[in-house]
Amino acid sequence: MSALLELKHITKRFPGVLALDDVSLSVGSGEVVAVIGENGAGKSTLMKILGGVHQADAGEIWFDGQPVAIRQVANALALGIGFMHQELNVLDNLGVAANMFLGREPTWGGRLQLIDRKQIVRDSEQYLRRLGLDLSPHTPLSELSLAQQQMVEIARALSQHARLLVMDEPTSSLTLSETERLLATVRDLSKDGVSVIYISHRLGEIESCADRVVALRDGRNAGELSCGEVSHDRMVSLMIGRKLEDLYVHGTGAQQPRYLEVLGMRTRYRPQHEISFDVARGEILGFAGLVGAGRSELAQAIFGVDAPLEGKVRLDGRELSIHSARDAIDAGIFLAPEDRRRTGLVVEMSVRENITMAGLKQCSAWSLIRFDREAEVARQQVQALRVKTPSVETTAMNLSGGNQQKVVLAKWLSLEPKVIIFDEPTRGIDVGAKAEIYRLMRDLADRGVAIMMISSEMEEVIGVSDRIAVMCEGDIAGFLNREEFSEQAIMNLAVGRKAA
Amino acid sequence: MKKELGITILLVVLCAMTAFLNHRFLGAANLTNMARLIGMYGIFSIGLGLIIITGGIDLSVGSVFALQGVLLAMALREWNWYWPVAVVASIAGVMLLGLFHGVMVAKVRMQPFIVTLCGLLFYRGLARFVANDETKGFGSEGFGMLRQLASGSIGPIPMPFAILMVVAVVSYVALHRSVYGRYLYAVGRNEEAARFSGINSRTIIASAYVVSMALTGVSGILIAFYTNSISPATHGSFYELYGIAAAVLGGCSLRGGEGSILGIVIGTALLQVLQNLVNLLGIPSALNFSVMGAVIFFGVLVDQVLREQRARRVQ
Repeated sequence: MSALLELKHITKRFPGVLALDDVSLSVGSGEVVAVIGENGAGKSTLMKILGGVHQADAGEIWFDGQPVAIRQVANALALGIGFMHQELNVLDNLGVAANMFLGREPTWGGRLQLIDRKQIVRDSEQYLRRLGLDLSPHTPLSELSLAQQQMVEIARALSQHARLLVMDEPTSSLTLSETERLLATVRDLSKDGVSVIYISHRLGEIESCADRVVALRDGRNAGELSCGEVSHDRMVSLMIGRKLEDLYVHGTGAQQPRYLEVLGMRTRYRPQHEISFDVARGEILGFAGLVGAGRSELAQAIFGVDAPLEGKVRLDGRELSIHSARDAIDAGIFLAPEDRRRTGLVVEMSVRENITMAGLKQCSAWSLIRFDREAEVARQQVQALRVKTPSVETTAMNLSGGNQQKVVLAKWLSLEPKVIIFDEPTRGIDVGAKAEIYRLMRDLADRGVAIMMISSEMEEVIGVSDRIAVMCEGDIAGFLNREEFSEQAIMNLAVGRKAA
Repeated sequence: MKKELGITILLVVLCAMTAFLNHRFLGAANLTNMARLIGMYGIFSIGLGLIIITGGIDLSVGSVFALQGVLLAMALREWNWYWPVAVVASIAGVMLLGLFHGVMVAKVRMQPFIVTLCGLLFYRGLARFVANDETKGFGSEGFGMLRQLASGSIGPIPMPFAILMVVAVVSYVALHRSVYGRYLYAVGRNEEAARFSGINSRTIIASAYVVSMALTGVSGILIAFYTNSISPATHGSFYELYGIAAAVLGGCSLRGGEGSILGIVIGTALLQVLQNLVNLLGIPSALNFSVMGAVIFFGVLVDQVLREQRARRVQ
């Protein structure tokens, strides 16, 4: 395989940081190369240099045997390099075809530049067919699922004659079956001779689709694994530079059964389904299931931000009446929501202000804030959770995903947690920080907190939970005890098949 | 203080320039009159600033002044209400309008711009209708207490300015030192995240409209007695824009979550100095709005450029 793309000795310095230090990467034509590394390892910077967003301080880019200069985004596109960003880059008010040809619409009518709708539709159908997509070119993107929108982005890249596709965390919000579908598409593309650079934190996916794995660490090449060598453990040790034996910690187990009881709860989204379960003190109850199975809705109903239609919540034998998040918080039930930037934190505010957001009354007298006490609370939490931040006055936006998640936790730990619901606690967080979050969860459980953890990562649910509730279309399809844990058993319940 | 530095410098420079070009600027009469105007405008500008901090807006302020003004004049002169009753009733009535706006915005989730734009049109029409499109006034006799509030002074300090100082101190504490103020910023930045932290975002947002209208009601009385005659078609028109301009000059972002009381007060002062400058420097008064527009534009432009530089340095 001849190299289609070669990045040679790329170095990039930002004020105060050496983001990339002599990094090289080559991609053969039709090859799928996975780039892995913890957050801050330099993956994004490298891709931004390839995409023309940043310029390298030193090093060369060779494409198709020629040295090339990529000074702006248009240069990369012209070479045939397509990008699929983590956040989709589509206009959801426009249709499929309109999105695919955005900015380069074929026109007629000379200077009037009227859009040639027929040709757009004809061309887009051709690429949709090639990807095996059964979509009308006229459907507005807002009516498509995230996975379908991604496929449209791939179709757009193909229609631009892309020879190399860069996918940055393409599966972070997809369901399992959608992920499978995307991985199959990646393999098909590579068979057709399209090369792919695949960036993901999900090592399972990489195992199943990558021809080669390139690991970055602290802005340097940390090593490569060729097809036969790719394995979970090897990838992890390349990324963090050591073996990670204690990623998951097991606890001392349940202390007081039926500490939290949820009885006959019906949420606004799934009014016809009643959900009942209980969690013991010191237990981590995992919630597995496909995206859309109703897990987050259940969490938000218990937490009161989306008050349930019906149902009882009992904590320590006492029945609670929860109509708002305030009620839940006062009862000691907390939620670390799935979307940190939208609901978990006010990212424009400081670490201090975020930590005390829910418990500000404790740091105030006569409803005036005691700033000294507030700063003290924040500092204590930052220290206890080892949040990496220059100071408590730093804006939360400037922290990494893992540290932001710790700030969300700090907010709750500054109060007295009895139940904490974690919704996708490690989404977009690198391996090192994941391990810390798992340890924190386990510590909390051991201190007598009941924990519910919603996760779409199979491995995580199995590794962390003491017991798993599998949800399927708004119902709990079944519970699994530790000795019954297996991906197969979870999958069977999640798709509604009876466990064999 | 760092954020208000730019606009403070601008204010000082403009004052110095005007004083240099026309010595009357520093005359006692001119300063007193300017302070009086700053007082009247500042009070409702602070209210508007609070709404803007929650990410909202209130365009109805000027029309509310007209409606409140004619009703107050009619209550006092035609219906012969006892004046404290009329004052309390007029402020309470204005607050009810604020409550209505707040509920429409926070609970019904209508856009604040639309709700209060409709208010702007509706209250103006109503004011003209109840007054029969006639100018109402308080005459030249009586209501000494109220006249004193608008035109009197404590020593050298005009009454409205003194009231503004009290309002500013109280709102400073409320916004920058109290739990309520923190919540205002939080819902302005990210209403959802605030709600997920147990803050009753909707009530907080609605409350800002009520508090703002309370301040508008106080200003409204001062302005009514200051002008002494209220022509329902023009009284108070554009005042909401002065308030919004003052807040924005003072560092409030229309996206919400930013701004300070000190900034709003300095912004108000800046606008009044500009008005004064147009008069004193012999600039054709037809250019009044253009001068104001240009200065606000450049003030906000410079602020934006500085902000982006700061952001780049952080990265």
